[in-house]
Amino acid sequence: MIRVADVNHQIDGNPILTNVSCDIPQGEVTALIGPNGAGKSTLLKLMGRIEPLQTGHVAINDLDVGTTPSGQLALEMAYLGQNLSVASRLRVRELIGFGRWPHCKGHPGPVDHAAVHDALVMFDLVPFADRFLDELSGGQAQRAHLAMTFAQTTPWMLLDEPLNNLDMAHSRALMKRLSDLRDAGRSVVIVLHDLNHAAAWADHLIAMKNGRIAASGTAEEVLTPQTLAALYETDVQVLRYAGRPLVLHHI
Amino acid sequence: MTRAKRLALSIGVIVLLAVASTFIGAAQMDLSDPRGMMVLTVSRIPRTLAALLTGAALAVAGVVMQQIVRNRFVEPGTAGTAESAALGLLVITLVMPTAPIWAKMVAASVAALAGTWVFVHMIRRLPPREVLLVPLAGIVLSGVIGAAVTWIGWQADMMQYIATWLMSGEFSGVISGRYELLWIAAIAAAIAFFAADRFAILGLGPEAATALGLSPRAVMRLGLTVVAVVTAMVVVSVGMIPFVGLVVPNIAARVVGDNLRRSLPLVAMGGAGLVLACDIIGRLVIAPYEIPAGTILGVVGALVFLWLLWKPARPARRKTLPEQVDV
Repeated sequence: MIRVADVNHQIDGNPILTNVSCDIPQGEVTALIGPNGAGKSTLLKLMGRIEPLQTGHVAINDLDVGTTPSGQLALEMAYLGQNLSVASRLRVRELIGFGRWPHCKGHPGPVDHAAVHDALVMFDLVPFADRFLDELSGGQAQRAHLAMTFAQTTPWMLLDEPLNNLDMAHSRALMKRLSDLRDAGRSVVIVLHDLNHAAAWADHLIAMKNGRIAASGTAEEVLTPQTLAALYETDVQVLRYAGRPLVLHHI
Repeated sequence: MTRAKRLALSIGVIVLLAVASTFIGAAQMDLSDPRGMMVLTVSRIPRTLAALLTGAALAVAGVVMQQIVRNRFVEPGTAGTAESAALGLLVITLVMPTAPIWAKMVAASVAALAGTWVFVHMIRRLPPREVLLVPLAGIVLSGVIGAAVTWIGWQADMMQYIATWLMSGEFSGVISGRYELLWIAAIAAAIAFFAADRFAILGLGPEAATALGLSPRAVMRLGLTVVAVVTAMVVVSVGMIPFVGLVVPNIAARVVGDNLRRSLPLVAMGGAGLVLACDIIGRLVIAPYEIPAGTILGVVGALVFLWLLWKPARPARRKTLPEQVDV
């Protein structure tokens, strides 16, 4: 479980998060949703110790994020941010290999090579394995970064809008893979803008607005016309399809 | 070309250059004569080693600097590092004229570190879209520190020293006993080999580095120290040599990429070979007189750099300045 307790966060005096407390259950896919500027990415960064906590506590599997050595946390959770513009000229295989750094510290063994290979296969990157990242399309580069995060093979994965740049087929494939990981006992926290991906794949949703948690629960509980209208300040219809909510946000 | 072939070729070229270097120079060298032997052991071999060490260390310092600030267009010579080292040397020479060489070495290194630190902080405030502002800011900073150095030099009547540190690095004064500080530069560069993965991961950005369990600040500090020590030792012993830290890493990145573990051997050998080749050219063009290796490199390096700018690697150069690391 990831336990977030009384977290407040400011950037240049502007409150980004206010009194945020939540428990993120183990073994589930948890989606963070909400309008732009709600604080989703900041919350994810604080959970992933990418930004230092200002006040409050975050613990992942009972390890305090503020005090546990970063190298140990890298074996518990993998984090993929949104800002993936890489200046380095790296080959896809090399980038994915860096995902094994927390395990092998630069001395990869057979397990590490196997993990890199699995990640290449999983994200359809085998034909590009020896290409440089700056020779790939945006979606291919995004998949390479996702593959690096997967290769870290941690119990937790924190992903900030991983569907960016991905086409329909790869978006769906990614969500399917995440739910497979969940079935294998791992846990995922994912910032999503597309509510229907959240509706279809997430077990648990946390809706944020103005730096606070506005609602949380299952897709059934959170994706209601009332909640969504309040959250996004726009009218939204919600239908049902195959036993799940279907949000008509685009018409 | 495979990796092994590339390495073998580079080593072969360097060995050839080194052998040539020991036979080229103003003095006749007859090895059957004890004086000829002396020319070899006191002058030619130290000079050859000095050029190789300087080139290798400066090229490695360049690639480390480019990784930690995530910009391809910087090197210690254009980021205020060399001028800061000269400032440190100047100050300690004025304050403690009898200071032993190790004290001068420390003063130059500390000052170089401070100057580079200022540079790294300065560029964090630049607007994130202009990649070329980073080297420009470095050149401005170099200019400001260099002006301070020149002013103090005039006041204290020490312009001659400053010329040997900053104007143009050259190896004609290198004899046995007067280049050994460069081994310290080589050791600093060797540390970069052990931390190659860390620098490469830092090149992915502070967020990615943190997510993989590294401390971006710690890696940054290590990198700054390597850059400062290398530059300071080069400034103290032979004078700053331009462009090595810029063109060699850029060419290596095009050929093998930025995985430092893979590229560093090529970078080090490329730098060593380039500087030695320029020193040999400098000894030949107006023999028996010499042109400083730094001057030759100024010409050669500028041409190569222009070519690199005109002919970007296949995809377009990146358009935005990546996020910087706190120190």
